[in-house]
Amino acid sequence: MELERHEYDVVVVGAGGAGLRAAIAAHEAGARTAVVCKSLLGKAHTVMAEGGIAAAMANAYPEDNWRVHFRDTMRGGKMLNHWRMAQLHAQEAPDRVRELEDWGALFDRTPDGLISQRDFGGHRYARLAHVGDRTGLELIRTLQQRTVALGIDVYMECTVTRLLTGRGAGAADDAADGVGVTGAFGYWRESGRFVAWQAPSVVLATGGIGKSYKVTSNSWEYTGDGHSLALQAGATLVNMEFVQFHPTGMVWPPSVRGILVTESVRGDGGVLKNSAGNRFMFDYIPDFFRKETAETEDEADRWYDDKKNNRRPPELLPRDEVARAINSEVKAGRGTPHGGVFLDIASRRPADYIRKRLPSMYHQFKELAEVDITAEAMEVGPTCHYVMGGVEVDPDDEAARVPGLFAAGEVAGGMHGSNRLGGNSLSDLLVFGRRAGLAAAEHARGRVDRAPLPDEALADAARAALAPFEREGGENPYTVQQDLQQTMHDLVGIIRTAPEMEQALERIAALKERVANLSVEGHRQYNPGWHLALDLPHMLRVSECIARAALERQESRGGHTRDDHPTPDAEWARTNLVCSLAPDGSVALTRQPLPQMPPELAEIFEESA
Amino acid sequence: MSYDATFRVWRGDAAGGDLQTFTVPVNEGEVVLDVVHRLQATQAGDLAVRWNCKAGKCGSCSAEVNGRPRLMCMTRMSTFGEDETVTITPLRTFPVVRDLVTDVSFNYDKAAQIPPFTPRARDADGNHRMQQVDVERPQEFRKCIECWLCQDTCHVIRDHEDNKRAFAGPRFLIRLAELDMHPLDVVDRKHAAQDEFGLGYCNITKCCSEVCPEGIHLTDNGIIPLKERVVDRRYDPLTWLGSKIGRRPRR
Repeated sequence: MELERHEYDVVVVGAGGAGLRAAIAAHEAGARTAVVCKSLLGKAHTVMAEGGIAAAMANAYPEDNWRVHFRDTMRGGKMLNHWRMAQLHAQEAPDRVRELEDWGALFDRTPDGLISQRDFGGHRYARLAHVGDRTGLELIRTLQQRTVALGIDVYMECTVTRLLTGRGAGAADDAADGVGVTGAFGYWRESGRFVAWQAPSVVLATGGIGKSYKVTSNSWEYTGDGHSLALQAGATLVNMEFVQFHPTGMVWPPSVRGILVTESVRGDGGVLKNSAGNRFMFDYIPDFFRKETAETEDEADRWYDDKKNNRRPPELLPRDEVARAINSEVKAGRGTPHGGVFLDIASRRPADYIRKRLPSMYHQFKELAEVDITAEAMEVGPTCHYVMGGVEVDPDDEAARVPGLFAAGEVAGGMHGSNRLGGNSLSDLLVFGRRAGLAAAEHARGRVDRAPLPDEALADAARAALAPFEREGGENPYTVQQDLQQTMHDLVGIIRTAPEMEQALERIAALKERVANLSVEGHRQYNPGWHLALDLPHMLRVSECIARAALERQESRGGHTRDDHPTPDAEWARTNLVCSLAPDGSVALTRQPLPQMPPELAEIFEESA
Repeated sequence: MSYDATFRVWRGDAAGGDLQTFTVPVNEGEVVLDVVHRLQATQAGDLAVRWNCKAGKCGSCSAEVNGRPRLMCMTRMSTFGEDETVTITPLRTFPVVRDLVTDVSFNYDKAAQIPPFTPRARDADGNHRMQQVDVERPQEFRKCIECWLCQDTCHVIRDHEDNKRAFAGPRFLIRLAELDMHPLDVVDRKHAAQDEFGLGYCNITKCCSEVCPEGIHLTDNGIIPLKERVVDRRYDPLTWLGSKIGRRPRR
């Protein structure tokens, strides 16, 4: 078999914020490091993040500090977050933002020249460092330029299809049987040729799963590869039932349905209205947040300028609350002509302010929907945006249960509990990307004798990758993908019931059969049909995890709403669901007690709101 | 609402290829990329095309639509008549890999040659301080989504393969301008701009600014000011004398 081979200390899979930050950290720690990514460098999904990076830098409000950020994050996640991750995240985010400036990032400024911070849902103080509404682009470009300046090897347009594991990876301190990561196998998209990396440490930074849903803000890359590769290598996934539907995606025209409308529109003064012109969010304030949410429109409007004496507008409740409210309004027949609600900033802020603060949104609506957001309201509705669940990792070093395997960013689980606050994703990438990179470098340092990649495993990976070409007359992969997207949209979406999820699991089983029999046309050179055929098994495996965990959790919490179990449950508040792969390839679920928060952190929640 | 459109799409590889004609349904509100995806899903499963965000933010789906460099995700079908044939070809400045995918490694090579950002020290309290008005000038260039449409349209390299060695293209000239305007950066790249990245090749025809999907004024706000500062530096007699008698470093 023709195979290109490489040796590294650390291989990072994924070149978004988490992957690049991990690679920088590993390189700076002295590890020979490679980044492998499915797209060109700089195109990762991080580029689509708009609003900002949450960090309690206290540039706008001196009262802000990591304890307040920690509290907001935990409450936003309905207390299901891993407390240690939420703590590290809140403590380290400010330094991670500051160091971006040393690498060339140019954030918007306060009048005294510091990094400006904006308001966002669920955050008590204005704390999102931002660049207009294109913060993700700034983040990715800064990390990309740093990666290039350091001379880190980047394998662009290269897809990893297998993680390789084996015994005797030169480890003294590994699990008793000495099984650990030995490398990865993949193919160049451009040529279809195979490539293998021998490495004792692999960092997964592959992002999310949104492409399994019909209406999503996610790009084609979000096929859950990292989640699935981790499962196959013997690692576990946690919190997979929690999928975030961002409340504001575009709804019209149909071809742009799902494209993100940043939360900054609301942070900067925009409000949600139904077809009767009412600010309906006042009708959907849950008891959990009542004490900190404004009761009247007047109070809400005063809050933008005076946060001390007023409470937050209900439009800035955490995303799960707002998405459910929009869903209910539309169901009750108070939606817009195209099945959304109105998001209005035009009547509330001057046109110049809107163009200055929200240039991409202005451009996006003007170009794609012929709507001038400085003059009229936008139509918006929920869109699949983010998976809270992911690889179960140690909070301090992001190590998965398989020695040598690390995960950071959206592919990792635990940090955001049942619902992520806006702005906490970019900071998550930076904080845990760095930690994963450092730990991966450290892990590699202890492994002097590198386990060779076994020929059988490489041959098997190659055979599996070429299988779709061997079959003739089978179904086309695009049809199977559309059917999966429809299934997840209809049956495991924003509002869930047991019979629907059981039906989803049946359909997923049938889709697995279809994937095993599909065939692709053409040859191996840059063939998107073939690439999709290889992504589909990942998408199905991850969809099964979501559906099984969602069926099991009989309560409603954060990004998991059960019509048949509409309230939170005290027992489930102490329980995590963990997915692993059974020997027969099916998904197995186990219940696991939630890690206990130490008393000095628990105190923070007893202080007055 | 729906109609059948005629699409001509270039298919082939480095060895050659030609335009193939397809009849494909188009729905209300769609963009060219939607139609290309429909072709993939229904008629040409192996049609090679790059794309990611489908929202004009990542700069992946660049191609030439009816001869004009465009992002396919931001080109609405309503800009064409229903009986108008839409022709899609790959970016001409770069070698074809397959179908609409080109080898854009030229850009990544040039990016790696630019002397990296080098900041001054932080203030005593650990912060950098900059005024909004000072960050706004370089911020305009940091809006760049690296779609390479400016590189594609620039006549210096579009049909002159030989110039690629000496000329980095508009994208990297504004990168140099951005670093030059960056309030924190301490490296002088003006000589490099002229000698290594070919600033002098640009004769400010502004084609790059015309095709930029981000509306960046590459020529007026980036390249021309950079040219002016290079001239200041190289042809100012005092600076020249200083560099000759060694009292001022050349770079």
